[in-house]
Amino acid sequence: MNKILSKEYFSEKVVKLVVEAPLIAKARRPGHFVIVICDEKGERIPLTIADADVKKGTITLVVQAIGASTAQICAKEAGEYLHDVVGPLGRATDIRDYGTVVCCGGGVGVAPLLPILAAMKQAGNRVVAVLAARTRDLIILEEEVRRHADEVIIMTDDGSYGRKGLVTDGVEEVIKREKVDLVCTIGPAIMMKFVSLLTKKYEVPTICSLNTIMVDGTGMCGACRVTVGGKMRFVCVDGPEFDAHQVDFDEMLTRLRSY
Amino acid sequence: MNQDTISPRDAQWREELRKAHTPKQRREIPRVKMAELPPSYRVSCNEEVNQGLSAEQAVLEATRCLDCPNPTCVQGCPVGINIPGFVKNIERGDFPAAAATLRETSALPAVCGRVCPQERQCESKCIYNKMNLPAVAIGYLERFAADTANEAASRGEAPIPPCAAANGKRVAVVGSGPAALSFAGDMARRGYEVEVFEALHEIGGVLKYGIPEFRLPNKVVDIEIDALRTAGVKFMANCVVGKTLGYDDLMSRGFDGVFVASGAGLPRFMGIPGENAIGVMSSNEYLTRINLMGAGRPGWATPVIKGKRVAVVGAGNTAMDSCRTARRMGAEEVYIVYRRSEAEMPARVEEVRHAKEEGVTFLTLHNPIEYLTDESGRVKAMRLQRMELGEPDASGRRSPVPIEGDIVEMPVDEVIVSVGVSPNPLVPDSIEGLEVTRRGTLVVNEETLETTLPLLYAGGDIVRGGATVILAMGDGRRAAAAMDARLSQK
Repeated sequence: MNKILSKEYFSEKVVKLVVEAPLIAKARRPGHFVIVICDEKGERIPLTIADADVKKGTITLVVQAIGASTAQICAKEAGEYLHDVVGPLGRATDIRDYGTVVCCGGGVGVAPLLPILAAMKQAGNRVVAVLAARTRDLIILEEEVRRHADEVIIMTDDGSYGRKGLVTDGVEEVIKREKVDLVCTIGPAIMMKFVSLLTKKYEVPTICSLNTIMVDGTGMCGACRVTVGGKMRFVCVDGPEFDAHQVDFDEMLTRLRSY
Repeated sequence: MNQDTISPRDAQWREELRKAHTPKQRREIPRVKMAELPPSYRVSCNEEVNQGLSAEQAVLEATRCLDCPNPTCVQGCPVGINIPGFVKNIERGDFPAAAATLRETSALPAVCGRVCPQERQCESKCIYNKMNLPAVAIGYLERFAADTANEAASRGEAPIPPCAAANGKRVAVVGSGPAALSFAGDMARRGYEVEVFEALHEIGGVLKYGIPEFRLPNKVVDIEIDALRTAGVKFMANCVVGKTLGYDDLMSRGFDGVFVASGAGLPRFMGIPGENAIGVMSSNEYLTRINLMGAGRPGWATPVIKGKRVAVVGAGNTAMDSCRTARRMGAEEVYIVYRRSEAEMPARVEEVRHAKEEGVTFLTLHNPIEYLTDESGRVKAMRLQRMELGEPDASGRRSPVPIEGDIVEMPVDEVIVSVGVSPNPLVPDSIEGLEVTRRGTLVVNEETLETTLPLLYAGGDIVRGGATVILAMGDGRRAAAAMDARLSQK
């Protein structure tokens, strides 16, 4: 049982939870995820870790209510408990000084992107953040991102905030303007697919963080399998980050519709 | 055989018991039949199929045993249980002594009595086979003795096995399956403080997520776990060693020794076209969703695909568990698809029989080569290469050879791939200096089960690659003895 210490609404369907999990807080690195079971009869839901505080022994999760189980997690209040939290799982991001890194996130993907972005900046990179959402209210963590990024570009589908356009428009603008050494993308699978197609065109190395269906999260079930470079890989133990140009996004999008 | 058994063959009671009936009288008793739920009923529920023996049945079956001077059945047991010792205690009606005799060697008799392939182990070596008579039902008797003792214990009527005084030493166990539980029990009894770290949210490993309720009820496993708790063993669920806590973390927490029994978790796939279609999944995924996560039970959130025409690829025990589970999940037609013939099937004979009784169709000498999907990406059919048996291969079994051009297509809406598992690399990868084989199993000293790192021991499927509960259980006991010997020298 892990206590929820605080809860904050980013939007109607997106909440930020600070959860007691001292061992995970200590062990986690940017790129890691956890699996959460909301209550006794709950599902195992993979969620990326947005932040952690080793001293307080807490981790921060940003959850979007997209199905019954995520809605249940979002409905929990501060002071209540999550039945199980296990992690950190997956492989951590390979943080190095690449030169210039564009970090682009869509929707709640900005949450797991934040620690990667911060670590990339600390490693000496010039960091350009591209945050995208359908509309103004869905842009999250802008202030936190600004704290670490050298530049922040905001894109909204409806033009209600920042510039009107898709995340790819923002990324393309940067690539056209300056030499980009790496693109990190986290967001909906369809968004990552198009970011990947774009950067492939410009031959900019790109890593994506996949959020597939999982059960155990430790390599046991194979539900999260994806095809990367023609080979079967498990997102939970081989990922969640992969070379975006090698990922078969169409297969992944199909598999996301399993249930 | 165990030298210091509580049931030696030359005990006076056993000598008298041998004289109570002539061998001829014993031979004339027919082998007991285990009461089973009728197939039509059992596919409608998840209740245990085998109903166990009554005391009368057990005593009569035990009477069949000739109490051979040189009991070959014991040689057939991977851990050398004193089989005649426990069987004769049943015959004389001393069921607690029968259970205690089992416990001398086996940490999990109620589990092994249910899941061991006895017909290939102890029962295959029973002297009756040479006389053309059915072997003594050793597995049924084992289960009877263990269950009877567990029931007595749950009524508070059985003594709790005493633990040695605390010796001040602490050991960590990675995983909570059969190898881990046996190790934990033995070390607790020797006076160690034992802490078990389990990655999943439930304790029990494969006994919980893998083997279905209708073959091994969870309450049988929980009795063993509760007994360990009573003996002082601490369990920490949701802790992935190698992730939540590293090996160095364990060391800095002051553990004197570590036993790794993290199992063979990684499912194998065949690498054929269409295998990532929706509706094609590993048996691990299918069984975990249902057994561990409650999929299909009212009120549980985890979903599972419920196919109407389900194919299970493979013919091991996990394949049988999967096809029988599919029937219970409402599948109308269920197929076992296997590239060899029935004679080569690795599953227990009883599981194959139960599957057939429950209406599973066996499609032997067929090998999947491709899955076909509908427009939404769901599997709708599988293409099968028909096979014939050729020369024996390295495993001694006749190898399947494709019949050129003989390919058939079969409509299916769910496929469960059950072609084996590989060791889970999560723990080995996280510990520096640990030697791993090409297959991904841990290298250990064959006698002591110590790995290439001092005081780090390993056993079960992480060493064997995919074996049985009893071998894993035996590893746990062997590692406990070796680690204790080592730590006692210090």
